[in-house]
Amino acid sequence: MQLLNLYNCLPAYMLISALLFSFGVYGLIIRRTVIGMLISAELILAAAATNFMAFNRFLAPDPTIGQVFALFIMAIAAAEAAIAISIMIAVYRNYKSIDTDDLVDLQR
Amino acid sequence: MQTIICQPATTPALFTAEGVVGVIFLVTIAMVVIGGLIAVHAQRLVRAVAGLALCFTGLAGVYYFLLSPIVAMMQLLIYVGAVSVLIVLGIMLASPEEAAPVDEKPTTDIKHRSVLAGPLAASIAGLLFASLAILGLKTQWQVFPREGEGDIHAVGITLLTTHGMVFELISIVLVMAIIGALVLAQRGRN
Repeated sequence: MQLLNLYNCLPAYMLISALLFSFGVYGLIIRRTVIGMLISAELILAAAATNFMAFNRFLAPDPTIGQVFALFIMAIAAAEAAIAISIMIAVYRNYKSIDTDDLVDLQR
Repeated sequence: MQTIICQPATTPALFTAEGVVGVIFLVTIAMVVIGGLIAVHAQRLVRAVAGLALCFTGLAGVYYFLLSPIVAMMQLLIYVGAVSVLIVLGIMLASPEEAAPVDEKPTTDIKHRSVLAGPLAASIAGLLFASLAILGLKTQWQVFPREGEGDIHAVGITLLTTHGMVFELISIVLVMAIIGALVLAQRGRN
C-alpha cells in the first residue's frame, strides 16, 4: 500500500470515516449551542455514508446497494437538518437564546 | 494472516496519470480533515459552517474516487448546496452572536465551558478513532465476486425496482419534514 495508490485501498476510506466520526463525537461533546451540535451530527452521518460507500466499492457483491443507501442517508440528513433548524427558530423565539445552558427548564 | 485490500494493488509512478490521480486523492483527504477540524473547532459558528462545506466538498471527491459520480453529485447538491445554506440561514435567524454590543466581547461557542470538557471530549474521540481504526485494519474482510457494474444506470434501476418501496417512504418522510418544519416555525410565533 503506497501513498499514491491510496485511492484504491479500503483502509484509507475506513480511516477517513473513523476520523470524521470521532470529529463528530468530539464536536457533540464540546459544542455549547444547538447549531454547533447539529453540524457535528451532520459529520457523524457523513462518516456513516462514507463507510457504506467504501464497503460498496470494495466488498459488496452488488455495487449499487451502498450507493442507494448513501442517497437515503443524505435524504434523511437533509430532513433532519430542516426539522432541527425549525425547532431552533421556535426555541429562539421563546428563550432568546440557543445556548444549551439556557434551555434547562426541566431541571429546575 | 492479514491482507490489506487494494484493487488494483500496483503503485503508479508520480508523473503518470494514475500518480496525479493519487495526488488529487491526497488533496481531497486533506480537504476532509481540515474542513472537519474547522467545523468542530471554530469559535464562530459561521466559520464552522464554512469548514463543514469544505469538508463535504472533499467528501464529494472521495465519493468520486469510490466510483460513484452520482453520489458525489448528490453530495455537492444536497450537503454543500442545501444543508450548509440552511444552517447559515439558521445562524442568521437564531444566533445572537454577531449582534452583540461592541463593548462586551461577542459570545462565542467553545468559550466558558467546563475545564474538563475539552480533554474529556478529546480523549473520548481519540479512543473512538483508535478503536474504529484498529477494527477496520485488523478485520479479515471477505471479498465477494462482483455482479454488475454499479454505474448510474444500475443505480437508477435498483433505486426504482428493488428499493422502490423505500424510495417512496423517503419521499413521504421528506414531505412530513417540510410540513413539520413549517408548523414548528409558525407555532413558536407569538
